[in-house]
Amino acid sequence: MINEALFFSAVLFTIGVVGVLTRRNAIIIFMCVELMLNAVNLTFVAFSKLYGAAGQIFVIFVMTVAAAEAAVGLAIIISIFRHRETVNLQNINLLKG
Amino acid sequence: MHYDLALPSGLMAALVPEIIVVSGAMLLLLWAVWRPESDVHQRNVAIGAAGVTLLAAAAVVYYMVSDASSGPGVIAVDRFRWASDLLFLLATLIAIALSSDFSKREGITTAESHVLILLATSGMMLLAAARDLIILFLGIELMSISVYVLAGLYRRSARASEAALKYFLLGAFSTGFLLYGIALVYGAAGSTNFTDIGRVVSERGFGALPMLQIGLALLVVGFAFKIGAAPFHMWTPDVYEGAPTPYTAYMAAGVKAAAFAAFIRVWLEAFPGTIEFGPPYKVLWWLAVATMVIGNVVALAQKNVKRLLAYSSIAHAGYILVGVLVATPLGASAFLFYLVAYTLATMGAFAVVIALEEVGERNQNVQDYAGLWRVRPWLAIAMAVFMLALLGFPIAGGMGFFAKWYILQAALDRSQFYLSVYLVLTSVVSAGYYLSVVMVMFMRPRAEGAPLPSRVPRATGIVIAATAVVLLVFGIFPSPVLRFARDNTITIAPPSAAASPRAGALVPAANSH
Repeated sequence: MINEALFFSAVLFTIGVVGVLTRRNAIIIFMCVELMLNAVNLTFVAFSKLYGAAGQIFVIFVMTVAAAEAAVGLAIIISIFRHRETVNLQNINLLKG
Repeated sequence: MHYDLALPSGLMAALVPEIIVVSGAMLLLLWAVWRPESDVHQRNVAIGAAGVTLLAAAAVVYYMVSDASSGPGVIAVDRFRWASDLLFLLATLIAIALSSDFSKREGITTAESHVLILLATSGMMLLAAARDLIILFLGIELMSISVYVLAGLYRRSARASEAALKYFLLGAFSTGFLLYGIALVYGAAGSTNFTDIGRVVSERGFGALPMLQIGLALLVVGFAFKIGAAPFHMWTPDVYEGAPTPYTAYMAAGVKAAAFAAFIRVWLEAFPGTIEFGPPYKVLWWLAVATMVIGNVVALAQKNVKRLLAYSSIAHAGYILVGVLVATPLGASAFLFYLVAYTLATMGAFAVVIALEEVGERNQNVQDYAGLWRVRPWLAIAMAVFMLALLGFPIAGGMGFFAKWYILQAALDRSQFYLSVYLVLTSVVSAGYYLSVVMVMFMRPRAEGAPLPSRVPRATGIVIAATAVVLLVFGIFPSPVLRFARDNTITIAPPSAAASPRAGALVPAANSH
C-alpha cells in the first residue's frame, strides 16, 4: 500500500514539475506548484502509516503554509495583471540583461 | 542556563528572542493600521521596528553571555544560533533604516513594510535555530513569504511587480523540492529531528539508504535556489534588479545568510560523515565551483549596478559554499567571519545605490556613477571601500580581505587544492567588475549636464558611514571579529555523543508539536 502511495505521489510531483517548466501562464504555474505540494502531502501521509503521527502533523503545517502562500501569490499576480493586462510570462519581460 | 526543550515552558524560554520579534511585529502591525497612512507615521513605525530589533538583540546577547544550553529537542540552543541571530538583526536594523528613507523618497506611505521585515527576521531566526525539519520548513516559509510581499510592495512600479512574481513562482517551486526532500528524508530516517537523522545515517550508512540520498539531493536543490547557487541562480538578477533597493539589500544579505545558516546545520548535524566522501560532497563541490565561475564571469557583462551586485552575490554564495564544504571548525568560523564581512559590504554597497538613485528608480547604471569623486567624494570613497571589500582587497578592502583569506586557509587546511585555485582565480576575475566601478567613479569625467546627486538622507548616510568604518577598522584589527567567529562556530559533536534519549533508529519520534 505504501509503495503505491509513494509511487503515485512521485508521479503527481513529476506532473507538477513538468507543468511548471512547460506552461507559461502564471496561474497555471502556480496550480502546478500546489500540485507539487499536495504530492508531498500524500508522501507524508503514506509515511505516517509507518512512523506515527509526525507525518500527518507535517501535512497540516504544509497546508497552512500553502494557504498563506496562495494569498500572497494571487495578490502578486493581480498586481502584475494591473500593470500588464496579462499573466502570461512570455509577455512579462521588463527585467533582463 | 540549561533549557529542557521537552517541556513547553523550556521551549518557550529558549525561543524568547523569536517571541520578542513576532509579538513586536504584531503590535506594530496594529499600530501601523491604526492611523492613516502618512510619511511621519511610516517613520514612527520604523523607529518602533528598530526598537524591537534592538530589544531582540539584547535578549540574544543575554543568552549568549549566560551560555545557554539545552537538551535534545526541535531547536538548537547554541552559540552558533546566537551569533547568526545577531547577524540577521544587524541586517534587519540596516534594512529598516534604508527602507524608511527609501519610502520617503518614493512616496510610499505603507508602514507595514517594517512589520514585514520583522516577520521575515523571525523566520530567519527560526532557521538559525532549527534542529527539526518542520521548524526548518516553517522558518524558510515565514521568511520567504514575507520577502515575496516586500519585493512587490512598490505597486506603482511594473518592474517591482514583475520581480515579485518571478521571485514568488521560483521560490514556491523551490519550496516544493525542499519539501519533497524533507518528506523522503523523513521516510528514510523515520524522524524529522536532525539528531535522529544523523544517528540513522551514521548507523546504517548513507549508501544503504537510497531514499535518503534522493531526499538529500532534493534538499540541496531547494537550498541552492534559496542561496542563489548556480545553476539555480536564474531568478537572482531579475529579482534583485526589480525589487525596491532596500529589500534587495535585505535579500542579498539576510535571506542568503539565513539560508546558509540553516544549510550548514543540516549538513553537519543531519548528514555527518557524508561530508568526507561520497556523492553529496562531490555535488556540493561542483555547485560551489559552478557558482563561483558563473557568478563572476557573467557579472563582468553587467551595466546595471543592482544587477552587478546580484551576480556578485551569486559569486559570494560560491565562496561561502567553500566554507560549508570544508566543514571543519576552522571552516565554520571562516564561514561566520565571511558572513559578517559580506553582510556589511553588501548592505553598504546597496545603501550607496539607494543614495544615488533618483525617484522612480533611475540612475542605476554604472555609467551614472562617472565622476562621482568630483561631486560626492565621501560617497565615492565609501563605495570604493565596499567594492574592494567584496573583492577581498587588503587594507582598503578592510574585513573583506581577511574573510577571503580565512576561507582560503580553511580550504587549504583540508588540502582542498583545486577548490582554492578556483576561489583565487575567480576572485581575480571579479576584480574586472569591482575595480571598473571604482575606476568609473574616480577616473571618468562627470557626464555633460548630469544633475548633482540629491542629498543623502540621514539614516542612509549613517548606514553608509558606519558600515564603511566598521569594515575598515576590523580590517586593520580583525582579531575581535575572528575571536567572535571562532567562539561561535557550530560544534560538530560526534553522532554517538549527540544521541538523544529517543533510542532506536526507526522508532517514531515523539514530536513535541
